[in-house]
Amino acid sequence: MSDPTRGLHRRRFLTGALGVGAGAALTACTSNEPAGGGGGPAVAPAPAAGGSEPGTPVTIGFSAPAADHGWIAAIAQNAQAQAEQFPDVTFEAVNPTNDIAQQIAAVETLINRGVDALVILPNDGSQLTRVGRQAMDAGVAVINLDRIFDSPLAYRTWIGGDNYGMGVSAGHYIGTRLREAGVANPIIAEIAGIDSLPLTQERSRGFAEALATYGFAVGPRQAADFTAQGGQEVTANLLQASPRLDAVWNHDDDQGIGVLAAINQAGRNEFFMVGGAGSANAMREIQADTGVLKATVTYSPSMASSAVALARLVAQGRGMSDLAEQEVPASITLASATITKENVANYLPLGFES
Amino acid sequence: MSERTTGQTAVPAADEHARVEKAAREAEPAASSWSRVLDSGAGRNLGLVAVLVLLAIVGVVTTDTFLTTANLLTVLTQASIIGVLTVGVTFVIIGGGIDLSVGKVMALASVWATTVATQSYGPVVMVLCALAVGLGAGLVNGLLIAYGRIVPFIVTLAMLISAQGLAERISGRRSQIVTDPVIAGIANTRLLGIPLLVYIFAAVVGVGWVVLNRTTFGRRTFAIGGNPEAARLAGLDVKRHTIGLYMVSGLCCGIAAIMIASLTTTGSSTHGTLYELDAIAAVIIGGTLLSGGRGTLIGSILGVLVFTTITNLFVLNNLATEVQNIAKGAIIVVAVLIQARAQRSSSTA
Repeated sequence: MSDPTRGLHRRRFLTGALGVGAGAALTACTSNEPAGGGGGPAVAPAPAAGGSEPGTPVTIGFSAPAADHGWIAAIAQNAQAQAEQFPDVTFEAVNPTNDIAQQIAAVETLINRGVDALVILPNDGSQLTRVGRQAMDAGVAVINLDRIFDSPLAYRTWIGGDNYGMGVSAGHYIGTRLREAGVANPIIAEIAGIDSLPLTQERSRGFAEALATYGFAVGPRQAADFTAQGGQEVTANLLQASPRLDAVWNHDDDQGIGVLAAINQAGRNEFFMVGGAGSANAMREIQADTGVLKATVTYSPSMASSAVALARLVAQGRGMSDLAEQEVPASITLASATITKENVANYLPLGFES
Repeated sequence: MSERTTGQTAVPAADEHARVEKAAREAEPAASSWSRVLDSGAGRNLGLVAVLVLLAIVGVVTTDTFLTTANLLTVLTQASIIGVLTVGVTFVIIGGGIDLSVGKVMALASVWATTVATQSYGPVVMVLCALAVGLGAGLVNGLLIAYGRIVPFIVTLAMLISAQGLAERISGRRSQIVTDPVIAGIANTRLLGIPLLVYIFAAVVGVGWVVLNRTTFGRRTFAIGGNPEAARLAGLDVKRHTIGLYMVSGLCCGIAAIMIASLTTTGSSTHGTLYELDAIAAVIIGGTLLSGGRGTLIGSILGVLVFTTITNLFVLNNLATEVQNIAKGAIIVVAVLIQARAQRSSSTA
């Protein structure tokens, strides 16, 4: 598949480089366009359902947090790429921001501009509920992406990942594998994301409950901070605390780069590891099968592509043609798949570069 | 290791040195020779050494892995990156300034050094890029502070923000994976059983110590930090020196950038988040005056080791994050209390 965002990406990149003035020349020299391609965002194929044939022209507004992380970066790129596949969609993305007040202002701007539908990944679901409600009251269909609003009055359809299910998938994979290997009393470590986030708590709950069905429990558990640096630091220390491990679940593949670096630096390989989210690098690692990483459980940013597709259908008043319903459903929870060496080839096109 | 705090070894022949010392002394009343020994050597950092010993005892009691060579080397490796940054910050703070930008300048340098383009030119270019970004950021900080007459807090805060933005722009907010085997190999290399990163850390501390305590640049740093007006009247080029100080800090960021790129195998805009606060905290609990003119590099490094040891102990004991944060805050206060007490008793001995 050709990469429809490549040209745009480069244009935005160069504009930015000019903006920094003196740094421009140097920046251009260190452009990040990968030599051999493959660095572009994963674009989910347009859903067969709902009719890809053109409908009424619609304008879809989009607002998401600013990325400090490959997953969020992929969210924005996927949404953009998906919108470009529809000739009947005008896509209006506002500047990403991590500031709640700015995101509220940005969404209000989109409402005032009279968009037909909004796709919103809120920085904080609770704090953006009011503006979601405001949009719905103004007759703008809101597709709430991933972090859920407090009130169903604030969105037309919610689509997001299954954090609990991620934990369950990881727990089942580890439980099955250890049981097959006949390991009694295994030491299972967990490297979580940010403990204060509900999503991290959900993942951990799913993991612990799935492991419990095998009679296993989580051993050492530490939170990193969703960054490669945090993953490296926490893992380096954790490996010292546990001279022997049987399995490790790391919640996040971005953070996992640091986790794997620490494992390599410590020269440990007596255990196997499961990742989380499904980044392309993690998948390549699984495919190569040369290290401890044997699986990852998905939390795919392709949900942004689906959200844009849903926004279009809702705005055009259409349903999803494979379903019996006349309308798009109110809520869609993605399933968390377990990617292993056996099925990695199917998932690699959906992987995001962290 | 003995350490001077005010640049008081005279090289009487040089006129300038005498003037510099005069300026430096104004920052701190002359102490008796006996108290100076205690004040300047191990005595001064006794409090921090005591805290480290306490932490080690806790480690031995609560875990059976704390005192293993592998664990101690892990602590030292974790300390090495923030340690290198802290060396630069110590120079700036002794010189009467502050540098809030170190964490993000390091992140920017790591991103620049690991772009596809620079990686394809090989490790030497990557290292040069990192150092150039660090030095460049230091130069901009220094110029704005010295000639723009903006307070260091604001200038370096602005640098923090824009370095973060530029790092995000260049990396596309992704982790840029290090494919170059030489850079990636640094963190896996050991000499005589000790990780190469620890040697780099030791070398930076060594050079920093010599520069701070045995060179004109060091003496001038104390003098300018103690009393910039007196230093100016004594004939020092305060502006040029200020630029130099921020470039020292920037250079440390460049070195740290290569180290973190190797340790995490990535260049990323998320590197070094809040490192500026960790580094400043380490400098302060290391006994350096936030107002400048007085401080020691060894104290700062002990401060870094206290932080890294605490983190290590927490993970070894599998404490939850919120417990870690509460305990960390408490331990910082205790460390400063013990440190202050040790300093008082050493200066009245």
